[in-house]
Amino acid sequence: MGEVILEARNLVKRFPIGRSGSFVNAVNGVNLSIQKGEVLGMVGESGSGKSTIGRTLLRLTEPTSGQILFDGQDITSLSDKHVRPLRKNMQMVFQDPWSALNPRMKIGDLISEPMRIHLDISRSECKDRTEMLAQRVRLSTDFLNRTPSALSGGQLQRVCIARAIATNPKLIILDEPTSSLDLSVRAGILELLQELRVETEAGFLFISHDLGTIKLVSDRIAVLYLGHVVEEVPKDKLFSNPSHPYSQSLLSAHLPSDPDANLQRLTLQGEIPSPINLPPGCSFHTRCPVAVPECKSTRPKTEEISPMHMASCLRLRDGGNIIPRDTK
Amino acid sequence: MSLLSVSDLQTHFIFHDIDNQLREACALNKVNLTLNRGEVLGIVGETGAGKSLTAQSICGLLRPPARIVGGSVNFDGRELLSLPSEELNAIRGADIAMVVQNPRSSLDPLTRIGEQLVRIHQTHSGGPIDKSKQKAMEMMQAVGIPDPEGRFTAWPHELSGGMAQRVLIAMALMNDPKLLIADEPTTGLDVTVQAQILDLLKNLVARFDMASMIITHDLGIVAHYCDEVAVMFAGEIIEQGPVREVFLSPAHPYTQQLLAATPERLHLGSKNQLGGQPPDLFNLPTGCLSQDRCELATSACRGEPPIVQITAGHTARCHFAKPRRKSTKLRRNLKNG
Repeated sequence: MGEVILEARNLVKRFPIGRSGSFVNAVNGVNLSIQKGEVLGMVGESGSGKSTIGRTLLRLTEPTSGQILFDGQDITSLSDKHVRPLRKNMQMVFQDPWSALNPRMKIGDLISEPMRIHLDISRSECKDRTEMLAQRVRLSTDFLNRTPSALSGGQLQRVCIARAIATNPKLIILDEPTSSLDLSVRAGILELLQELRVETEAGFLFISHDLGTIKLVSDRIAVLYLGHVVEEVPKDKLFSNPSHPYSQSLLSAHLPSDPDANLQRLTLQGEIPSPINLPPGCSFHTRCPVAVPECKSTRPKTEEISPMHMASCLRLRDGGNIIPRDTK
Repeated sequence: MSLLSVSDLQTHFIFHDIDNQLREACALNKVNLTLNRGEVLGIVGETGAGKSLTAQSICGLLRPPARIVGGSVNFDGRELLSLPSEELNAIRGADIAMVVQNPRSSLDPLTRIGEQLVRIHQTHSGGPIDKSKQKAMEMMQAVGIPDPEGRFTAWPHELSGGMAQRVLIAMALMNDPKLLIADEPTTGLDVTVQAQILDLLKNLVARFDMASMIITHDLGIVAHYCDEVAVMFAGEIIEQGPVREVFLSPAHPYTQQLLAATPERLHLGSKNQLGGQPPDLFNLPTGCLSQDRCELATSACRGEPPIVQITAGHTARCHFAKPRRKSTKLRRNLKNG
């Protein structure tokens, strides 16, 4: 561990709405880093900016401001022409494998496409590697001459993963890779990712809204709310000892599939505010059960609670950040 | 006498293919289930297992080429499958209410929320408009919509996903249904909103003494919000029983596989083979439908599997299911996970 593959500093992304002059504030000052061989999990509700962050880190969408360092190099303002060769080392797997693959290309061509673009290898070597990759993701080589329509969702997601690992990237961003898959298929994909993680030593960013999956795969977890990382913490600490009130309520809303699991419900009132008009101060104060008047005006700073454990909440200082268990 | 009892329900898709040959997909194969008042039944299964089709068949909402080819659906003492459509219309929306997956596309975008609520009450219960309006307000209050008077005149597009789902539940409750069918009621909603909606559903079932059927693929929802669970595979209910019992000592190998695939119990790095294709509905294997995906399968599985009583109220459709055996082992596994 130790070598930082990707670092984002104060990343901001705002999408303009028509010509109205207002913006959707999707990402508001996010700092994060991913190390070699590490899986950073990212959870949050829909609209919290998870996918936007994933895309922005690869420069698939342009950041409004902030800095992205990939492998020590500032890629924030590189031109498209200069970013493209870097994509060899950073790959992405998307949520919906049906729309991520060209329906008219053969599976074999789809898998070898990244190698043909990025690597200077002979055609026969490319073919060999394609077969190896297919076997690696446990896909029958019979499929290589078929089109995506002949494959099931789980098999297509394996194709997407094979494409992502084809060029031995240093960073792989997985944007909800298992949410559209059935439970048993999902288990197979997660197992494959776990093997690849050990094998490739790449850094992974695993975006998901499912806490169960995140718990299973991640080393560290970043909890997102309205485009802010409210808590960043090693996995075990988040599940045993969440600090931010939002993390606490998110965890309490998670339903483990064990009827004997003890649920302590901290149901939040209301819904996530609109990212067009961000609430002033702490973005969570509108739903926070332990908010104090100060939360409405002061934006909390990120504080280090213990090594590797960061949270932004004004009530960390007086210890009022823990939601009392009896109140609803 | 149970409120709903479905026996041997068979729904097939029957159509002519491009070569004008008659094709028949056996989507539901002898579904049996019963549901009592005050009970919440969870139906789980993978995509294409026939969960939603079961609900649609019960309500008579099938469209061609889907057709019910056998079985019976007995609701509150009446046989639904042989009812003429006018009588069925009087039951649907009144005694049986349904909440569907996508709340936004289920609301009429050109009619205000309040009017849609009043309309469904007028259609079934009649009476003065003012009374319907009052009822609409009450129901909006019951499902936790803040400021019901203000929302009464809101348009569907002004609502968030969670609010729209609440409106749909309020609409389902307008005529005091005896059975509430919720087809993936929280898919697409955030976990914090999901918790609110499910808490609400559970409270309402208790408060109005209804029966409810929740169709989902999320075992977490079943574990915490249902009393009974039915596991479907290839159009068959392969196991049914009280939630705690099925989760702690699943009798059918498919249920065991399904439970083992949940993130809580999954051990990465172990070499258990999971997944696989469901059987071809056009060409079902004889005997047990899950034999191709089952580790235990032997030649005995070519024969029709018996429905085995594991304990009272817990049944499984498998040759290898034995009354009460695997429970101790599975309890231990759970603790390790």
